[in-house]
Amino acid sequence: MELKRVVVTGLGALTPIGNNIAEYWDGLKNGKSGCAPITHFDAEKFKTRFACEIKNFDPLQHFDRKEARKLDKFAQYALVSSDEAIKDAGINLDTVDKFRVGVIWGAGIGGIETFQNEVINFAEGDGTPRFNPFFIPKMIADIAPGNISIKHGFMGPNYTTVSACASAANAMIDALNYIRLGHCDIIVTGGSEAAVTQAGVGGFNAMHALSTRNEDPATASRPFDATRDGFVLGEGAGALVLEEYEHAKARGAKIYAEVIGGGMSSDAYHMTAPHPEGIGVERVMLNCLRDAGIDASQVDAINTHGTSTPLGDVAELKAISKVFGAHANDININSTKSMTGHLLGAAGAIEAIASILSMEHSLVPPTINHTTIDENIDPSLNLTLNKAQPREVNVAMSNTFGFGGHNACVLFRKLDE
Amino acid sequence: MSDIASRVKAIIVDKLGVDENEVVNEASFTNDLGADSLDTVELIMEFEKEFDIQIPDDQAENIATVGQAVTYIEENK
Repeated sequence: MELKRVVVTGLGALTPIGNNIAEYWDGLKNGKSGCAPITHFDAEKFKTRFACEIKNFDPLQHFDRKEARKLDKFAQYALVSSDEAIKDAGINLDTVDKFRVGVIWGAGIGGIETFQNEVINFAEGDGTPRFNPFFIPKMIADIAPGNISIKHGFMGPNYTTVSACASAANAMIDALNYIRLGHCDIIVTGGSEAAVTQAGVGGFNAMHALSTRNEDPATASRPFDATRDGFVLGEGAGALVLEEYEHAKARGAKIYAEVIGGGMSSDAYHMTAPHPEGIGVERVMLNCLRDAGIDASQVDAINTHGTSTPLGDVAELKAISKVFGAHANDININSTKSMTGHLLGAAGAIEAIASILSMEHSLVPPTINHTTIDENIDPSLNLTLNKAQPREVNVAMSNTFGFGGHNACVLFRKLDE
Repeated sequence: MSDIASRVKAIIVDKLGVDENEVVNEASFTNDLGADSLDTVELIMEFEKEFDIQIPDDQAENIATVGQAVTYIEENK
């Protein structure tokens, strides 16, 4: 059976450095940091008191009051970013076959703020269970794609993938597969997360996963720098419309890029620590290259998982050197998390979008905040430090790895007619 | 309007996002004010909280309009 080709025809983003695609790209190319002191709650007693929050987001600009109240932030972000992508794709909602349009979304956690607040409310009472009837439907991770389909009437496959920080990449790979197998014409995919809450920050702090550079939040996310001290929690959403190539061509859609392959693997090692030899990470990139049917030497850019943690960054770069050999030095490697922070289940989506935009603009966004060389990192690698680099990008790879040892990798290529 | 009626109506305006003028005694939560089954459960819970009462499920089933809510609370508070 011949696989169909899959292309990207719409993009949407709601990120800590820009609330739509144009603003997001502007932030990326200029090396803008999205990090600042936490405003969502009083973080005074927390070890980490900063995060990459969404700025200037008023739900009432997007939803009526009743609707907004029934949506956790992660679902609000999902609806706003997917609206932008669907509009960008120019899908005619009156004529498209909605049974062949799916929504496959990524969320690592889901409505953690809703869960937290409902449990606090219960704990403050006398033990009588008085939970809001919207508690469960607001919280569950699959409600984001559920709401997207309800809004637009899409009746194809609909679910959420959960693989921590790899969730959105897994969603994109599933979307790729359903379309290339011929099950769907269009799938709205991506991911969203909204974990900048007491439970989210406190939980990650307890793991010693977050940077605690409270004196200088804007430079706290510093992937590959010798002084990196953990990731910076981010929030937001990214949405991509994936479409079967002939379907897109027939309706004259703008095509950003082709999705040429996805790879998955597992570390099978530890709940949260990366494998020290990066075996799973190496394998996921090899799987992805094989799935795409391209040679490693064809890859121009890699947006790494690169979370700014001491162990993870080095393990990933070592794996890149193993997979790409001498060609690794010719690749523009970057970590856009230096600007956006780590959006957990949405990371794979906004980072894939960064890769696609770097193809469109022939410019690779920088890894900002780098000042001190880490001697454990091969100095011949081009980590696109501190300033965007002009580059003709034909093939771009996006890596994401999640707690639990989940690795997922996606490859995009400029459309070759 | 009684104090109870005005508090009931304020809750309905807030939770269902409807205009105050629509919240008349005869208005049905589901048929006139756009409530779904979960909204109705939430309204009953809000009434319980606001007036510090317990509304058993079998009684709650009989509260379908604004007026029925006001009457029930007036009689059971």
